[in-house]
Amino acid sequence: MVQPEQVREAIQKALPDAAVDVEDLTGGGDHLQVKVCSVAFAGQSRVQQHQMIYRALKDELASEAIHALALQTSTPA
Amino acid sequence: MDASVKQRIETLIASSPIFVFMKGNKLMPQCGFSNNVVQILHSLGVPFETFDVLADMEIRQGIKDFSDWPTIPQVYVKGEFLGGSDILIEMYNSGELREKLEVALAS
Repeated sequence: MVQPEQVREAIQKALPDAAVDVEDLTGGGDHLQVKVCSVAFAGQSRVQQHQMIYRALKDELASEAIHALALQTSTPA
Repeated sequence: MDASVKQRIETLIASSPIFVFMKGNKLMPQCGFSNNVVQILHSLGVPFETFDVLADMEIRQGIKDFSDWPTIPQVYVKGEFLGGSDILIEMYNSGELREKLEVALAS
């Protein structure tokens, strides 16, 4: 499991401008819903946007500290 | 990645216009995210084939490397990686998915 704060920090390390909202869906710390809003997503496909987040959370996903990650990405309006 | 695994994945993806790597099968998905994708495709009434990654460790890891995508399910349309469960849900809700699949199946 991971702390929501760790997830936010890992994402903001990769995307410093990102607004990150982490919700723990089960209270167990391993099923997370994460919403990320960043200018870095502009011009990227959805797949590329999600890949950017997956890359930032590579270690947490590989170790299965995060088992399930629901992702929503957007750019600032 | 092992060349034979890559070859197997490419053959699977080419075997159907809509191909899903998932946990379990259409009748018995073994994971909520895989189930989401199956239900979406069923509701659109499109034909699709699936592969159960739980039955094959080589493909289970191989497809993650192949797509540069760490999670299952993964949906391929006409050989192109479309996304996982979140993207499918988003595209379904916006109507984009129906359009995309109709075009893919018509061509």
